[in-house]
Amino acid sequence: MSSKNIKSDWLYTITPKSNFFSINFKEIWQYRDLLLLFVRRDVITVYKQTILGPLWYLIQPMFTSITFTIIFNNLAGIETGAVPPFLFNLTGITIWNYFTSCFTGTSNTFGSNSAIFGKVYFPRIISPLSLVVSSLLKFGIQLVILIVFYIYFYSNGADISLNGWVILFPILIVMMGLLSLGLGMIISSMVTKYRDLNYLVGFGVQLLMYISAVVYPMALVEQKMPDFAWVVKYNPLAYIIETTRFMFLNVGELPFFGLIYTLIITIVILLIGLLLFNKTEKNFIDTV
Amino acid sequence: MIRFNKFKCLIYLELEKEIIIKIHNISKQYRLGQIGTGALRHDLNRWWCKIQGKEDPYLKIGDTNDRSTKATSNYVWALKNINFEVERGEIVGIIGKNGAGKSTLLKLLSRVTSPTTGEINFGGRVASLLEVGTGFHGEMTGRENIYLNGAILGMTKKEITSKIDEIIDFSGCERYIDTPVKRYSSGMYVRLAFAVAAFLEPEILIVDEVLAVGDAEFQKKAVGKMQDISREGGRTVLFVSHNMAVIQKLCPTTILLSNGEFAMKGKTEDVIDLYLSQSVLNNSVYIFNTKVSALKIAFVTKLSILDLDDNLMSEIPIGKQWKVKILFTINEKANNLIVGLGMTDMFDVPIRTTWTQPNNYEPGNYCATFIEDKIKFNQGQYKLIIGISKGASQVIEYLDKDIFLTISDAVYQQENTIINNKSGFIVDQMKVLIEQI
Repeated sequence: MSSKNIKSDWLYTITPKSNFFSINFKEIWQYRDLLLLFVRRDVITVYKQTILGPLWYLIQPMFTSITFTIIFNNLAGIETGAVPPFLFNLTGITIWNYFTSCFTGTSNTFGSNSAIFGKVYFPRIISPLSLVVSSLLKFGIQLVILIVFYIYFYSNGADISLNGWVILFPILIVMMGLLSLGLGMIISSMVTKYRDLNYLVGFGVQLLMYISAVVYPMALVEQKMPDFAWVVKYNPLAYIIETTRFMFLNVGELPFFGLIYTLIITIVILLIGLLLFNKTEKNFIDTV
Repeated sequence: MIRFNKFKCLIYLELEKEIIIKIHNISKQYRLGQIGTGALRHDLNRWWCKIQGKEDPYLKIGDTNDRSTKATSNYVWALKNINFEVERGEIVGIIGKNGAGKSTLLKLLSRVTSPTTGEINFGGRVASLLEVGTGFHGEMTGRENIYLNGAILGMTKKEITSKIDEIIDFSGCERYIDTPVKRYSSGMYVRLAFAVAAFLEPEILIVDEVLAVGDAEFQKKAVGKMQDISREGGRTVLFVSHNMAVIQKLCPTTILLSNGEFAMKGKTEDVIDLYLSQSVLNNSVYIFNTKVSALKIAFVTKLSILDLDDNLMSEIPIGKQWKVKILFTINEKANNLIVGLGMTDMFDVPIRTTWTQPNNYEPGNYCATFIEDKIKFNQGQYKLIIGISKGASQVIEYLDKDIFLTISDAVYQQENTIINNKSGFIVDQMKVLIEQI
């Protein structure tokens, strides 16, 4: 046998350097059961030995929403137009929670899984992917409470209506998921060596909320602080949140160019994330 | 000294030899010390060299991995230029001292981390068992964990479902299978975890010292399962262990690593001989560190191995009589003190223990002489263990590290019998009578 013949027979090869984009989709597909089992683990273990269990998924956005309504609307006087402020905030918080849940989870992929990653191989991307999926389930539950309050306010005569674009809401969710996955993978790749980022993520996410138009409409920033409006305008998250409110509450306009911009940013960030993640997963166990 | 050979012949009936793992020039470099501010500087330097098209500056430096010597640079080669091939169906043991690079090699083979240079080719699906119970979650039940752990190890849900009854049965945890594993005893936990691993069916199985857990019964079961796996054929197993007896039992072929370098691949008995000869220092006199023991009631200061004419012997020719002198110091008046000399083989299997009569000692220095003038031990290395205890139970001194007795293979003949120099520990022959009946 010549050595060339043998080479083509190898099932796979380990080398020090990885290809630029060596994502093995076939392998990820082979491990799909693992992904689902990780999702299952995440979901069933979160609230074990608690009395309220999954109700916590509902309580958390509700109380946040109440607090925000008191502070930002009643105290600070942010106007939400015809929409009840509570519903306005709850809509923003629900989709924002999906982002934070995906992002903070995936940004610590290597840290929280180092025990498993150090002992056995599977496509590492299964871990952040499973987090995105389990966050999606959590988001689904929180969406239910949003719908409950929506119906409540609607039947009490609030001037709200769904926009026809709402049928495209799933696309928005996928975009949000991929954006947070991309960001999370970038952070998780860097955090293995430079742990300072862990601290940054902790309060960074909190601060990010304030420039993501969660508790105010985007138009308000332009109107009140035109000099600093760019901070919000360049933030792709703001467009997703604004669009969500547009779809559910029929407020504002569809930020068409904003969404195109968000889509481009999402793709770029996702690619950078995949690239860094791929590069990191090979050796991170030596530096973590 | 070689036992357990009966399984060896069964494995090599395969048709053709096909290389299933090829390791080509593998090296792995690690950075010593803390990873901190220097990391960024080195990364930038590395990146700058890469842009200029230069070689990575840190790959040129680095020491061989000798744990005990002081390093001259901050980088160390945990593995250096390792080359070997493994054929389909081979069961290969990997041995070496602590820090020889065994675990690093397994990590590379399991794809947990990647090599600094070189290439590894695989011709089959790999499952690695560097630990049992990877990914077990305490809050989940035994059954849920079987699925999770199985999937982590590379099984599909369908595969696990088809085997789950066998797995539960093998683990012997049926009664607890729907209880969260955090309620398990540590033994049950390990049993369940190993049971999952035992039903993996990859073409290549990589096993670290996972068998060293659990109770004796379970270990026996686990070793038995490993033997089944190897006897069924077709499957390739790489197995790391410090337990030479298990290596001998399971692996016909063994690889020896020393200080991160490939030392030898060959028949297990030859490799183990080489390994043992590396770790044995032929000494006739052992001086013990008395600083630590000076506070004890009694402590051993020196051991010497001599022939009956009081000549120091670093090796005792087979058949020659020998004695061991142990010097010890008594610090305070002690009653009922006994001194013991134990002898084991290199795998710590006890061969014999000799105790002195209980005696009352006044403070002072003493010498105990143990004389071997009856039994003729076979050639090879043995370990000696010294113990001093008060009465039968209270151990005062116990030295069981690195005291070796070497019997050399000078020709020894006894009438009417043939000496096969590797047929056991004792050369003395039994009386044999043959008569026609």
